[in-house]
Amino acid sequence: MRAPEDLYREMSRIRHFEETVLDAFPSGVFYGTTHTYLGQEANAVAVLSQRAAGDIVFSNHRCHGHFIAYGGDMRALFAELMGKPTGVCGGKGGSQHLHWKDFYSNGVLGSTAPVATGAALAEKAKGSGAATVIFLGDGALGQGVLYESLNMAALWGAPILFVLEDNAIAQTTPRELALAGDIQARFEAFGIQSTALNSSDVEEIGSAAEPLLGAVRAGEGPRALVVQTVRFGPHSKGDDTRDAHKMAKLRAARDPLEILGARLKADERIKIEAAAKAEVQEAFAQAQKDPEAV
Amino acid sequence: MSSVLQALNQGLHAAFEADDRVVLIGEDLLDPYGGAFKVSRGLSSKYPQRVMTSPVSEAGIVGVAGGMALRGLRPVVEIMFGDFSTLIADQMINGLSKFQGMYNGQAQVPVVVRTPMGGRRGYGPTHSQTLEKLYLGVPGLRTLAANTLSDPGALLKAAILEDDGPVLFVENKLLYAKPVLDAETLKDFEVEVQAIDAGYAPTHLLKLKGSPTPALTLAAYGYMAELGREALLRLAFEHEIFCELVVPNQLAPLASQGRLEEALADSLGRTGRLLTIEEGTFSLGWGAEIAARAAHQLGGQLRATNRVAAAEEPIPASIALEAKALPDVDDILAAARAMV
Repeated sequence: MRAPEDLYREMSRIRHFEETVLDAFPSGVFYGTTHTYLGQEANAVAVLSQRAAGDIVFSNHRCHGHFIAYGGDMRALFAELMGKPTGVCGGKGGSQHLHWKDFYSNGVLGSTAPVATGAALAEKAKGSGAATVIFLGDGALGQGVLYESLNMAALWGAPILFVLEDNAIAQTTPRELALAGDIQARFEAFGIQSTALNSSDVEEIGSAAEPLLGAVRAGEGPRALVVQTVRFGPHSKGDDTRDAHKMAKLRAARDPLEILGARLKADERIKIEAAAKAEVQEAFAQAQKDPEAV
Repeated sequence: MSSVLQALNQGLHAAFEADDRVVLIGEDLLDPYGGAFKVSRGLSSKYPQRVMTSPVSEAGIVGVAGGMALRGLRPVVEIMFGDFSTLIADQMINGLSKFQGMYNGQAQVPVVVRTPMGGRRGYGPTHSQTLEKLYLGVPGLRTLAANTLSDPGALLKAAILEDDGPVLFVENKLLYAKPVLDAETLKDFEVEVQAIDAGYAPTHLLKLKGSPTPALTLAAYGYMAELGREALLRLAFEHEIFCELVVPNQLAPLASQGRLEEALADSLGRTGRLLTIEEGTFSLGWGAEIAARAAHQLGGQLRATNRVAAAEEPIPASIALEAKALPDVDDILAAARAMV
């Protein structure tokens, strides 16, 4: 696993990026909508800091953090949110529909699962050795095609890691109103070995992901990582119906930057924060200067 | 003379032979069964590593094919009945058909989804429909329909090997047993071949040799082109109404800029009357779009249009009731005679 300073830097870049998005949205600089990754940064960074060249990533509507952790360019992502030609997809995809190198995201929950499974099977057929990682939320557990995909991934030994980010809420519907049974048991029912943890600690999540990714790379078939996490922000913009007091307590207890930051030297942490913030500001400023679509 | 079924099977074999990136996914594909309608027969024996017989998961296998295509394979999916194309709609519409456009041309999705449509076999409401109209007009998706006027195997092979975008390939069930027509069979016809926007899927224009000025243009695809050809002959010999028949292989996209494809524009220039013939339900279908384009493009020169299509009810299982619900040659004759 990468050094804690590196992990912190990546999480900090995502945090500042997403805060900038939410802060700037009311000014009208962006168009459409967005779903921020605030609070969940540890998941993307823990898993994708272990990516190898050629690995494939599939993401969902809440994809900015995954994209940045994958190495995606923040200026291009800002520009994409602005609908500009310099954006990741020339402004055609917007916040939820990104493709760059081996990274793909799409906006319909669960719909990415068979596509990611197919991508993994193609790499297996080609013998490339690439692993595929797919990020899904607990909301996607309501979609039938996900279970078709788990079945096929297990049946055909797809080299894929399912990362289930359980933030306990789908838009405004709490998990207990939408989900029966157990999440991990869903994977186990298909014979997909899994690890479940309730954590916002990037190092702990990374340690859990490491052997799973190793098994996927070794051709042992699909694996699943189930992480209970906390969505700090609204589903998109200003649509958070959760109790403010409870959320404040969760933010205090479950901030991945605070958890890892406590293990860094104070001056080092400040330096990393400042550099990440400056990098985000620079990317934002550059994207704003980029030409508009005509 | 090979049948449409044999031609399609040969087309699949030829595509497998030509390019080892071609794979096949679908239900009940393994020999000796070879798929419910036997179009895939022989492939699993010859290419066991490249044929994946799948669980009953239509949405899943289309998504899997999409992912394989994004990563450089050229998958073919067999959906056992076209009625089940409803199950793949999200993958087709929000996935495969969008990837090229929404990813700004940075992704290719060479997937062919083959499926049999159509009734007249007594399979009842959920195994007899002609549903491709649900997919017509979906941006980024090409919909092709096999017919007997050109080799359906060659068309399928071209779709698999040459098309870098998703294709819905429709095979009417009654066509499977029909012979692919040769020059001898068509010797009474003058045949012109064009293609929508210079694509690879031909459109055929048929006229009776030596016939007087035509009065009516028939437009039909798939199995309905068989009925259209029969109607054309009977209208000529029994009623002295001379028609031209336009048969596209490509249902969508239609010609660019909202125009009629050339074969139709040429024929309507001569006849001024359009009768569209399809097995799908009457309203809001392929024929309606063709008629709208004709009206726009020809203006006052378009003297009459009508449509022959299926009744708007679940297709009955009873042979007598099914026959009433689906359009036949008599329906075409009646509609044509009312227009001229």
